[in-house]
Amino acid sequence: MPKLPVDSVGLVTPRTAHFDDPLALACGRTLPAYDLVYETYGTLNAERSNAVLICHALSGHHHAAGYSSADERKPGWWDAHIGPGKSIDTERFFVVSLNNLGGCHGSTGPNRENPETGRLWGPDFPMVTVSDWVNSQARLADRLGIERFAAVIGGSLGGMQALQWTLAYPERVASAAVIAATSKLSAQNIAFNEVARQAIRSDPDFHDGWYTEHDTMPRRGLKLARMVGHITYLSEDAMGHRFGRDLRADDLNFGFDVEFQVESYLRYQGDAFSTSFDANTYLLMTKALDYFDPAADHDSDLAKALAPATCPFLVVSFTTDWRFPPPRSRELVNALVRAGKSVSYANIDSTHGHDAFLMPEPRYQAVFAAFMDRIAADLGLETHA
Amino acid sequence: MMNRPDFKLIHEWIPENAHILDLACGDGSLLAALARDKNVTGYGLEIDPDGITACIARGVNVIEQNLDQGLANFDDDACDLVIMTQALQALRRPDLMLDEMLRVASEAIITFPNFAYWRHRMYLGIRGYMPVSKSLPHAWYDTPNIHLSTFNDFEQLCRDKGLIIVDRAVGIGDHEGHWTSRLWPNLFGEIAIFRVTRS
Repeated sequence: MPKLPVDSVGLVTPRTAHFDDPLALACGRTLPAYDLVYETYGTLNAERSNAVLICHALSGHHHAAGYSSADERKPGWWDAHIGPGKSIDTERFFVVSLNNLGGCHGSTGPNRENPETGRLWGPDFPMVTVSDWVNSQARLADRLGIERFAAVIGGSLGGMQALQWTLAYPERVASAAVIAATSKLSAQNIAFNEVARQAIRSDPDFHDGWYTEHDTMPRRGLKLARMVGHITYLSEDAMGHRFGRDLRADDLNFGFDVEFQVESYLRYQGDAFSTSFDANTYLLMTKALDYFDPAADHDSDLAKALAPATCPFLVVSFTTDWRFPPPRSRELVNALVRAGKSVSYANIDSTHGHDAFLMPEPRYQAVFAAFMDRIAADLGLETHA
Repeated sequence: MMNRPDFKLIHEWIPENAHILDLACGDGSLLAALARDKNVTGYGLEIDPDGITACIARGVNVIEQNLDQGLANFDDDACDLVIMTQALQALRRPDLMLDEMLRVASEAIITFPNFAYWRHRMYLGIRGYMPVSKSLPHAWYDTPNIHLSTFNDFEQLCRDKGLIIVDRAVGIGDHEGHWTSRLWPNLFGEIAIFRVTRS
């Protein structure tokens, strides 16, 4: 068995929490029962005061850190920041990471069976929103005996959940980190999501979402959706630096096969995603992104919408992120200031675009660690090696 | 922590429970001390990455923001008081910043190195070099201080703008209370400290 890195949480096993109490959703429908798949890292202390909730982004899931098996090539998606001695130090914090409702990694979603019909949920799965997710996460917290999180943290769509937590359950959040996120999508963001959805829905293999019953998957559509998405995750610089105009072969072949390295990369990313992710989930997640706008019910005044929040915030953006660029984070910061909330904001220099939130970068790590250390100190948390 | 000569005086001037903005707040030590001793709340603005991290580590609210782009994100009278220590001289338009400061608060405390300090005068007047001192530690070619001014210059600017100088003092390390600097601040004050309000 290969040796795991010392700053890894090591081998991790997901667990499933089943809920029988119906969950009323924003769309008006109710989920009678549901499962949430989650992982935990570190140890919950006796006071139950050291729990940190990690909220995942569009294509994320519960496996945020460590290795599912000794053969796993890559660790969880946020392993750069979760582990012993890392920003979210598992020697101090008890980390909870779940797969959201509507996901396709084990939690109740389109690719699970609908007990009422005996069929897969498929396109019948109700539209879920960020606030639905947060409500379901609160029930998971109840189940784990966590009354109040030391921190609720997320990047991108995960940052929206962290923000929603501070508004829906202010008494249950001691701090929130909203990273590479926005308080609402721009028209351009929604436009990109719509292109992705149309790519999926117009795939002949989509069958109005009942593709599994037709023993197929809208692979081409999902691949295209991912390719478009991927372009928005990287910066122009990062792409240029990584691929430039490099060709796969020595000469141009004057055809439509892969010629440039960037084409090869995008096709590879799209192909890999199209076989590992559920198309109906992708559609749902992009809608959850589009719908999120806590200011909508408050005359579009974000500062008003933020009134319930009580905890200190950390807001982080990245200079080359053009999906949720720094001005979106500044809007949130300015509204928090206007609402008189505690907030710190850092705009991290990075060439990695939106994806920077997933990566290790010295200044990002320093800011993140300083914030987490401060929370630990304020809560009087001890380190257990 | 409070070893900067201007910090001690500012600490005395700030009222309890004030909501303040500290422009170019550095490592946040002033805001942290004011929060601890005077229950002050507020935000620091800073662009230096190490300063920002230090603020967060201290639990001081810090916002990464370039002061040359103004304070448009803060409402009129957003806070009780604005502080800016040793940064005015590094801004592109100190006069516009002064307007901005007294828009977001009715009172401002400003400190800057006094270019007319006698040692600075000696440097330039006798030796013929651009002054280098404790308060002006940079060489002429790499200094961030692009708008150096004197005690008198700043008073003049306040008069032109119709601002009221509530208090002024000088910081020269241990000798801030010395009669010479009180009598002739423009000559004997190394650091100028002003407290101004709108008219």
